[in-house]
Amino acid sequence: MTLLAVRGLCAVHGLLQAVRSVDLDLAEGEILALVGANGAGKTTLLRTIAGVHAPVAGRVEFDGADITNCAPHERVARGIALVPEGRRLFLNLTVEENLRVGAVGGRKGGWDLDRVLHAFPLLRPLRKVKATHLSGGEQQATAIGRALMANPRLLLLDELSLGLSPKAIDGVYASLRTLSLAQTAIILVEQDLQRGLSFAGRVVCLLEGQIVAQGRADELTREQVMQHYFGTRLPAVGAMTA
Amino acid sequence: MTVLRENGPQVYRWTRLSIVSVAAVAGLQLLFALAPLVLGASAIERLTTLFIYGILALMWNALAGYGGLVSVGQQAFFGLGAYAVLRLADFGISVFPAMLLAAVLVAVVSLPIALVMLRLRTGEFAVGMWVVAELAHLLVNLDSFIQGETGTSLVAMLAFAPQRRRAFTYWAALATMVALAWIVFALLRARLGTAAQAIRDNEEAASSVGVPVAATKRTLFVLSAFGCAAAGALWVATTISFQPKTYFSVQWSAYMIFMVLVGGIGTFEGPVLGAVLFFAVETLFGASGVWYMIGLGATALIFSLLLPRGIWGTIEQRFDIRLLPVGYFLRSDTTSSSEPAPSARTPRQSAGP
Amino acid sequence: MSWADLIIQGALLGGYYALLAGGLSFLYGVMRVINLAHGSLAVVTAYAFWVLAEHWQVPPLVLAVVLLPLMSLVGWVLYRLVFERSLHGGTLIPILSTFGLATVLDNVLFQNFGADTRSLAPYFDTLAYDSWTLPGDIIVGELAVIEFVLAVLVLGGLHLLLMRTSLGRQIRATSEDEDAARIVGVNTRRIHATATAMAFAMVAAAGIALGLRATFDPYAGAQQLIFAFEAVVMGGAGSLWGTLIGGVTLGIAQSVGARINPQGFLIAGHLTFLAVLLARISAGGHLRSLLATQWARRQGHR
Repeated sequence: MTLLAVRGLCAVHGLLQAVRSVDLDLAEGEILALVGANGAGKTTLLRTIAGVHAPVAGRVEFDGADITNCAPHERVARGIALVPEGRRLFLNLTVEENLRVGAVGGRKGGWDLDRVLHAFPLLRPLRKVKATHLSGGEQQATAIGRALMANPRLLLLDELSLGLSPKAIDGVYASLRTLSLAQTAIILVEQDLQRGLSFAGRVVCLLEGQIVAQGRADELTREQVMQHYFGTRLPAVGAMTA
Repeated sequence: MTVLRENGPQVYRWTRLSIVSVAAVAGLQLLFALAPLVLGASAIERLTTLFIYGILALMWNALAGYGGLVSVGQQAFFGLGAYAVLRLADFGISVFPAMLLAAVLVAVVSLPIALVMLRLRTGEFAVGMWVVAELAHLLVNLDSFIQGETGTSLVAMLAFAPQRRRAFTYWAALATMVALAWIVFALLRARLGTAAQAIRDNEEAASSVGVPVAATKRTLFVLSAFGCAAAGALWVATTISFQPKTYFSVQWSAYMIFMVLVGGIGTFEGPVLGAVLFFAVETLFGASGVWYMIGLGATALIFSLLLPRGIWGTIEQRFDIRLLPVGYFLRSDTTSSSEPAPSARTPRQSAGP
Repeated sequence: MSWADLIIQGALLGGYYALLAGGLSFLYGVMRVINLAHGSLAVVTAYAFWVLAEHWQVPPLVLAVVLLPLMSLVGWVLYRLVFERSLHGGTLIPILSTFGLATVLDNVLFQNFGADTRSLAPYFDTLAYDSWTLPGDIIVGELAVIEFVLAVLVLGGLHLLLMRTSLGRQIRATSEDEDAARIVGVNTRRIHATATAMAFAMVAAAGIALGLRATFDPYAGAQQLIFAFEAVVMGGAGSLWGTLIGGVTLGIAQSVGARINPQGFLIAGHLTFLAVLLARISAGGHLRSLLATQWARRQGHR
């Protein structure tokens, strides 16, 4: 069952062609890792799917319906939730208020305040704390929780590791694994190639706005993806560390 | 012309069109200078008014279009300029030198004001300047010489015979407008123009690469104060009478906003076009009283929402015309198509960080 | 008049200013728009009240209740027509468009009603003239006290709404980070329109209060805008309770000034405003944005 279908999507970022004619399919419950160097267009692609960035050409279909012209809050109501790059929490609001705002535009479902706090136990003592006082890992947990409050069918995760200590990143991914997200499709943008490959079922590599490589995570090796990552043909194994 | 590298693109500033335009403008200025010898009294007076409008438009645009600082309080300097002339003339200084001196004095006074007001953000600056204007009005009223709202007159002007008075005032207005226009032109072509553009695009980034943000804004602020004060001095020279309520009225800001918004904010030619249009509208509809003001307000509102670049700004953008050489052109060697780089233009409207 | 008397009168006047400034402050906090038509809209409400009371004999209390939602609707419409477009134009356009709007409103009023000053006091019995006598022979006007209490209730009510309700959370989220609010599913357009409607209800209340406490004419809006602006800025732009403090400060400054000199009323207000500005600059130091709102100050991550 194709949940998300992207056809010929083109998006600009200022004067830059950030996404060039991208085609993408995602099935229900599938986990896709979107990898690529900085500026490859990953964030723009995610934002375009979420509706906060307007494409200049192409189509986005969700659950069979054409949502290309839908406003962001309409997409959230349909079941698409984005955890943006850099968390973008509402710093003057408490953790609980941030989570509650996440529920406003979303669907009815299993995720509510209690369940989110249960899934991220580190947040429970921080309910009434303003988001500005949280650590990086706590902020990331809150951001993911906020998206989950909308009960999404498609969860878009943009650069979870950004600005986090390795320990915090481990914690975040551990939490993600324990969440029963079997019904939720995920597109994960991750600069850390290894993590992307180990978490996802499928990998797509973007370079300068175009898909240059894709395949199943268990079939592609890191070295194979690296060859396409920067767009140069690398000499054999051992030349670069990721 | 600057060559960037061998067989590379060349930077140039003058196009054939701009050479023609500048020549035309200089010629026009010469013609205008000869007008009092040819035209009748009422025409001379109308033209003087036109020049004063031109000064106001140029000066408001200098602040808003180039500095990104919208002020709803430039009438403060307009009124203070007129007041200064009255005081100086009363003191015994000859009228026309007094006008220049008045403008200079007001410019000096504007500097401490700049140091305080320029720290405010856009919206707060706009209304803050209005408060300054109100305060100036109230303080001037305290001077018994002015006789409160009754006002007083520039009696020193009556020493001149009417025709001479008209001619001298005309030439003073023309000279002021021409001088200010050339000053703005020169500033735009110099570092200040680029600095202003950088500040409008992204103030923090500009500051981080060493653009003197505060100094640039101060320069534009003081220049604008000087020009508005000169306009006020000229206005009292033409009308002879001074009532604080008229000179410090926010209506002057309404006029300036109309002229610059309709003409083209941030362009060089725009304010001049706007002044001419405003002058025409006033000549035709000024007598309609309130409907005239409603029309002005509505036009400003509509232009700000639908045509924010103004008439000239839209033309400039659509047809890629630049009459006056305030920008840069890039000519690459292989193709001889020239791509005008963005010059001192419409203030870059960015919505947020 | 003793000094205590002066302070009390000034503070009560400040209550009116806080009510007047509330709408301006709220709109600025949510959308970063200083509505230059603010004062004019209050005056429009006063005229609307006058017309409906005078020519249609609508009972004043009914009017006071009906005009608020009516003006909210006007606010909603104006948001869609004017504010929404200006917001996308950047920081200059909202100033220019609201200024144009103010000019239109003022002159349309003049066109319809002429230069005569009017008052709404006659429709409320003797409310505008009744007073209580406090210990120390201090006479306070009933109306002044009511307006002060009303200001506290309105600002307090708004505070509660912002802190305790879902709408309030959405408004706070949208004003802090509009982009992120859109991402998480808030209909920011609707939030902005709602906030505008709420601000306009406050403006309407202020307009009626204005008509009761003083006379008004078509061009009274400018003066009211200046007062509201001074109250907002002195209290700290974007802070609701700060608006109350700013209003009271302005009221007291003006009252003290009036005691010194007949012209002193207005001059003292403006000078106090500039003095507070100056004080903020010396305290603010390296902050480029002098009147950093609470939002800006806390957005350390940007």
